[in-house]
Amino acid sequence: MHEAISARNLSYHYEGADKNAVDSVNIEIARGEFVAILGRNGSGKSTLGKLFNGLYLASQGEVFVSGTQITDENSAYEARKHCGMVFQDPDNQMVATIVEEDVAFGCENLGVAPDEIKRRVQKALETVGMSEYALSAPHMLSGGQKQRAAIAGVLAMQPDIIVFDESTSMLDPSGRRDIFSLAQRLNERGVTIVWITHFMEEAALCQRLYVMDGGRVALQGTPREVFSDAEAVQKLGLDVPDMTALARQLKQNGIDVRSDIITIDEMEVELCRLA
Amino acid sequence: MLNNITLGQYFPVDSPVHRLDPRTKILLTVALMVAIFVCKGFAGFGAIFLFILLCVRLAKLKLRFVLRGIKPIAVIVLLTFVLNLFLQSGGRVLWHWWIITITVDGLRTAVFMAIRLLMLVMGTQLLTLTTSPIALTDGLESLFKPLSKIGFPAHELAMMMSIALRFIPTLIDETNKITQAQKARGADFESGNLIRRAKAMLPLLVPLFVSAFRRADELAMAMEARCYRGGSGRTKMKPLKYKKRDLCAVGAYLAVLGAVLVLNIFKIGVL
Repeated sequence: MHEAISARNLSYHYEGADKNAVDSVNIEIARGEFVAILGRNGSGKSTLGKLFNGLYLASQGEVFVSGTQITDENSAYEARKHCGMVFQDPDNQMVATIVEEDVAFGCENLGVAPDEIKRRVQKALETVGMSEYALSAPHMLSGGQKQRAAIAGVLAMQPDIIVFDESTSMLDPSGRRDIFSLAQRLNERGVTIVWITHFMEEAALCQRLYVMDGGRVALQGTPREVFSDAEAVQKLGLDVPDMTALARQLKQNGIDVRSDIITIDEMEVELCRLA
Repeated sequence: MLNNITLGQYFPVDSPVHRLDPRTKILLTVALMVAIFVCKGFAGFGAIFLFILLCVRLAKLKLRFVLRGIKPIAVIVLLTFVLNLFLQSGGRVLWHWWIITITVDGLRTAVFMAIRLLMLVMGTQLLTLTTSPIALTDGLESLFKPLSKIGFPAHELAMMMSIALRFIPTLIDETNKITQAQKARGADFESGNLIRRAKAMLPLLVPLFVSAFRRADELAMAMEARCYRGGSGRTKMKPLKYKKRDLCAVGAYLAVLGAVLVLNIFKIGVL
């Protein structure tokens, strides 16, 4: 059983740039994991995501997706069958004028038989809760709905891995929660999720984090491990989750709370313990 | 305004004509144009007009919609009429003044040509009124597919058309946003003469183009991420299939064509 994604010494260089956008990165993501890749703008996190499904081909090093090494256009195509991607702008990833047709687009490209496509499209729309919008036009949908339709399009291709490339950054808070919990549900069904983001609250809920800086992996570990060293995180231009920051301030003011708190629930429990 | 934008003039209802295969409708529209050109007399036009009326009726359209399409070409029809009226000679002179002579033949040809043009417009209107742009694109792709063997980019053209259709509302939305943003900063799009107003559009067009290119770039990447590799090896969720009703439509058309030809041969109602 091979890893879902594994990168060894992976580098990517944009033409004309003076340094690598992704610089000798080593990453192992196991099947069924929910991993976040964090980093500020220009840290190389999006580039890394695009290396995972062959949209970019590695300049150096190797990347394996579901056991296939991506080396050229053909292996990239194979990798894409296993590794779907949901992008940032929901408008710019919908091809068809009807939601249903758009969801079918990926399957059509793979050459799936018409009846099977219909079945998969229906199921994918059910999974993301968009069945009633099957015949709507994309521009009539809200941002969150468009993003759900885009996810359905990826799901219909039945990938093992889905990379979300800042898929919630253009949504309002309720849409953001919606998409994140959808990703969590998919993960429970066994889909490996790579969640690229700069929202700490989301990252805090993932199983494992990679924090990128200047194209390199600067920090890694569980959210608790990473955020417990708040200074290191802040040095990388990122905030720690609100509750972690609050816990730190309480501690500085002489209140003895744990320093590895990330969620509101944990803070509640901790404060009740003290009170 | 943007939320209820309809592309083209498609009138979305469910009718036997709407349900016809788009390929049938495209081919029959071309065939109908042929019949209109073949037709030599007023009786034939009568038959064709009855056929159009029948289609309108079956498609649950109002005759008003079909007639509305005539408006833009009214000038052309009028011009053809007048030119034919004055330039065609022969037959009994009806009216003569200075260098202008109107003859019976002239009048007949003028009326005939005008009717022919009106018929052509009404016939083609039927296609666009009863076929959604997406079905039209599918139909064209399928019809042109045999030509892709000799290098005609049938799939690519269809893909371009459907992406264009998909992004028209998005870009209109964006244009409105940019207009408002520029207005908020004091841009004036309404006053001044034509040249001034055209110049004022520039700060609108530049960001619009920049964003359109960015969108195109991102869309291309998203399509690639979903395993798009052009038309070969692709399947369709809803492949086009000819059904019995397509045969009926062809039959009805052949009846009209037959009537036109018979009327032609026996010179019934022919000039």
